[in-house]
Amino acid sequence: MNTLFQFLYKYRALALLIVLELVCAWLIVQNNRYQSAAFFNSANTVAASVTQTSNEVSSYLYLKETNESLAEENARLQQELRQMQQQLALPSMRAAIPPEVEQQYTFQAAQVINNSIHNSKNYVTINKGRVDGVEPGMGIIGPSGVVGRIRSASDHYAVAISLLHTNMLVSAVVSSTEAFGSVKWDARSPQQATLDYIARHQSVSVGDSVFTSSYNSVFPPGIPIGIISEVKLPENATYYDIKIDLATDFSSLSYVYVIRNRLVQERDSLESISIN
Amino acid sequence: MPIVAQVFYFVIYLILQVVLVQQMVLFDVAFCFLYLGFLLMLPFESGVIRLMLMGLLMGLCVDIFYNSLGIHAAASVFIMYIRPHVVSLISPRGGYEAWMTPKLKIMGFEWFSLYSVILIFLHHLVLFFVEAGGFSNFFYTLLKVLASTAFTYVVIVIIQYLFYSSSRRSL
Repeated sequence: MNTLFQFLYKYRALALLIVLELVCAWLIVQNNRYQSAAFFNSANTVAASVTQTSNEVSSYLYLKETNESLAEENARLQQELRQMQQQLALPSMRAAIPPEVEQQYTFQAAQVINNSIHNSKNYVTINKGRVDGVEPGMGIIGPSGVVGRIRSASDHYAVAISLLHTNMLVSAVVSSTEAFGSVKWDARSPQQATLDYIARHQSVSVGDSVFTSSYNSVFPPGIPIGIISEVKLPENATYYDIKIDLATDFSSLSYVYVIRNRLVQERDSLESISIN
Repeated sequence: MPIVAQVFYFVIYLILQVVLVQQMVLFDVAFCFLYLGFLLMLPFESGVIRLMLMGLLMGLCVDIFYNSLGIHAAASVFIMYIRPHVVSLISPRGGYEAWMTPKLKIMGFEWFSLYSVILIFLHHLVLFFVEAGGFSNFFYTLLKVLASTAFTYVVIVIIQYLFYSSSRRSL
């Protein structure tokens, strides 16, 4: 017994190293789960208030770009509103739609207070939390396209998995051919992602737009994801190798919208019943 | 060294890291992990157990801001375990003396460069490969490691010249 203690004492540094590295490994594995507690990440109140203070200073530097992108978005929304109003003016278009279907998605603006783009797993921290109705699993979009999906929320802050995260998949559809695929980031350039699972019988070409599909309950269908920039079809491959330029400029993200889907529970419970 | 000074430096390095240096990324591949400066500056006489616990604490604090729980901690604990071995490996002629601290102005540019580059490189090696979750983007990750090692080293040396006096007592 004595020799055992002597042995342990002699190698106590190595033993502690192994114990601490195992603890770290456990933390890393825990942290990779899709949803996690909001304490040990940047949604933590202390960490988030430090980040917000520094963001308040640095956001002044990007006021011009932020203004321009919001103004552009405003103009686009005005145009869509006019089109909708004209369509609704026709009596045949005014069908009786229940309000929860008509307003299935509600949007809430939030400010981005922390955002990384250079890691292989990137996150976006926003200044809205549980008090404002933000829950894990909700999608977030920016003025020009998809941004990510909420991972954990504290009372006043939330952390979202960015689209620039190697575990993030977004169900997508190519506008011209209605071909379904899924967008995934390859951990290289923050402006580009890949579009997988487009079968070789589909005809896709450079310049086609890619939108969110209706096969998910996080994003409304038709939110822009990007534009196809490169199409390759290797011999004997089942699927295309497609690269897309992302619609959202993640390096200058300052405002985003959190999407609440009112029918998500109904859809998920229905789908889980049919699967079981 | 008084414990108050160490707590002070800990907080300063942490705040600089998460407020200022976190946003500084050169050419999409070079990151700066300035907080290593704190871990490198811990005095020679602190035992390896204490070094590792300091590494763990600093790593976890940085992880909270980077949303990468465990990764910085793992890398920091690792280099803190290696540190005494590196220190004895590159000991100057005549060995270390009681008044010495691992500062550039005391140990000289060559010793300090060797010491910090070895430890920064090992730290970044662990950090980026764990962060990438394997060797799939091997050369790209290696490029990140090398570029970030150079960047972090340069910033730490600049800080050494600017803010650390050559007095023997303070940190």
